[in-house]
Amino acid sequence: MTLRLVPYWLPELVDRDATFAAIKASRPEERLAAIVAASQHRLDFVQTAKLDRYLQSTLVELPEPPGLQRIRLGWLGSSTLEHLLPAARIACLRRGLLLESYLAPYDQYRQELFDAESGLARFRPHVVLLCLDHEHVGVSASLDASAGDVAAQVQQRAGELRALWRMAADRLGCTVIQQTIPNLAPQLFGSFDSAVPGTALSVIDQLNRALISDAARGHVRVLDLASWAARLGHDAWFDPVRWFQAKQLVSPILAPMYGDLVARILGAIRGRSRKCLVLDLDNTLWGGVVGDDGVDRLVLGHGSASGEAFAQFQRHARLLRGRGIVLAVCSKNDRAVAESAFANHPEMELKLDDFAVFVANWDDKASNLRRIADTLNLGLDSLVFFDDNPVERALVRAELPMVAVPEVPDDPAYFVRTLEDAGYFEAVSFTSEDRSRAQQYQDNGRRVQAMESATDMDSFLRSLSMVLTIGHVDAHSLPRVAQLINKTNQFNVTTRRYSEAELQALAEQPASIALHFRLADRFGDNGLIAVILARAETPERHVVDTLLMSCRVLGRGVELAMMNALVARARQRGARELVGEYLPTARNGMVADLYARLGFEPASRDEGCVATRWSLQLDRHVPHSTFITPHEAAHDPTREAT
Amino acid sequence: MTDVEIYQQLTEVFHDIFDDPTLVLKPETSAADIPDWTSFIHVNLVAATEQRFGVRFSTADIERLKNVGDLVAMVRNKRGLASSGRS
Repeated sequence: MTLRLVPYWLPELVDRDATFAAIKASRPEERLAAIVAASQHRLDFVQTAKLDRYLQSTLVELPEPPGLQRIRLGWLGSSTLEHLLPAARIACLRRGLLLESYLAPYDQYRQELFDAESGLARFRPHVVLLCLDHEHVGVSASLDASAGDVAAQVQQRAGELRALWRMAADRLGCTVIQQTIPNLAPQLFGSFDSAVPGTALSVIDQLNRALISDAARGHVRVLDLASWAARLGHDAWFDPVRWFQAKQLVSPILAPMYGDLVARILGAIRGRSRKCLVLDLDNTLWGGVVGDDGVDRLVLGHGSASGEAFAQFQRHARLLRGRGIVLAVCSKNDRAVAESAFANHPEMELKLDDFAVFVANWDDKASNLRRIADTLNLGLDSLVFFDDNPVERALVRAELPMVAVPEVPDDPAYFVRTLEDAGYFEAVSFTSEDRSRAQQYQDNGRRVQAMESATDMDSFLRSLSMVLTIGHVDAHSLPRVAQLINKTNQFNVTTRRYSEAELQALAEQPASIALHFRLADRFGDNGLIAVILARAETPERHVVDTLLMSCRVLGRGVELAMMNALVARARQRGARELVGEYLPTARNGMVADLYARLGFEPASRDEGCVATRWSLQLDRHVPHSTFITPHEAAHDPTREAT
Repeated sequence: MTDVEIYQQLTEVFHDIFDDPTLVLKPETSAADIPDWTSFIHVNLVAATEQRFGVRFSTADIERLKNVGDLVAMVRNKRGLASSGRS
């Protein structure tokens, strides 16, 4: 399957030479848009490098490209990495990220991290990627070493790496990605190698396991290259001729694949991973057309190989739901007929209840996908659309380029693998919110029904019996707060992103107020849905650095209750004024007038629309009335301090 | 595959790698003639040539590689075909 060596789920770029020539000839703004569009296609490493060259030259003319979020990555490695940078940039572009790279000199990662004046330190990375290879493991055990001795050496080496991670977090305030070591150690005994603790093969396996478990505890992200190497095969990833020729661990041919692995983790850190899988029905979840063939004749489950493959795909979708991916249906079907398949087919793995939205009608799929995104309060860029019909895929790609539309293989046996390889749902954490997200979206559906049956908005909001729990950002809430801070784009006044390390430092400053908010109502718990970070500019004036909320709970007056809580805390600290800023982005227009709605007065308005500053005199503040009962979380240090 | 065909396809590889559709390859063309032909690009060029022709070059061949003529000969040898005239 040589096809798997490139990002094969991306569509082919039709008329590539003409497209590239047109890119070269266009003006910078148009060129950037055309490069972003081309980045959504399947390109080999040569074409990827070429597209990257156009990107680099465009950035010279257009140093502040609109609509892209900058991310600075420091590459620290023990082998050659330079050939992987173009593909990582293009894969980042695919996710709306503009990657800036600093490539540390070969095998200088310790010096770069320890030296406060190093090139890496001056680069001020948001993220560093630590790549080690099998020749730089740093553990050499003798073949007759006992299991205990080897384990102790592995632990010591893992400890050294943990020290480097801490250095990166503390000194550079950045997020760390640790790559696992592809196990290219030569076998000495054959299959027996793993049974001898001191073989290089055993040592690398043990070190990888130690790194993965340490990383999870230390909020360090993992790029599991060892696992990916096993998935696609060592022969594909690692070309020994390139290793001896240029100390390239990853073969240049695999650069587009590797670049996508890096970009999907950076995307996950920045909240760019997809959240919702929208599925077609006929010939996607089962073989056959339910409207023509009837429920009884669908190819699904036991009795046919294809049927088992479709059933496996359904099970995979249900597993994704269990980890927090929202499922939806978008099908050209009669709704009653489509629903009857779920109700009546005995081997259906997915149930109607598993879908947060079920759209089966004869409208075009682009309109239906918009409807699904609206119903779920998700951006279109959160959707993955999986449909066996190439015409529907082409239509959606043309109408809604922000929706991810993978190529779907002809054979359902490959459906699961395609979704896995495409990595749309890459995660860097698994919070309790993730676990219950699918349920929360279903609760939302019931809320929407309750709203439709209520006679007016106030009576609806009152009927929800909402309780807002206010807590200080602490070690327990840190991962979810960081996740929200890095992925909330719409209801977010400043769109400032912070790593967990930065957040922790910020929350621990005595002059800061760092609050998180959880909302529950009679339909269920919405989880941790909002964050406010504020700091004392002077004892009397507090500035709101960050104010954001998940769009799941829009339109319920949560922001009013949040402001009441913030004002109360600022007053307790002797503040007389709160200052708010609005920094416009392409996506946060919905909060342009937020501070006005919260009773703030304009303090300055930049004519260039760069930012607006707002002020609230606390002695004039009358608490906003809401239908929300505030509740102080236990163990709130801000409360205990006063 | 004739040498003419090898030159033709290799020229396309060079045009892509150097993003220069005016490049004309001769047997004696070497890194000295193309300013962008750095050691970094050289590795890509070898890998791209392998990819294009579906061959794998040996470490020793790559070490001996001096110019386009060598590269064409390497492709020809790996594909197991005798030379059939220069372009």
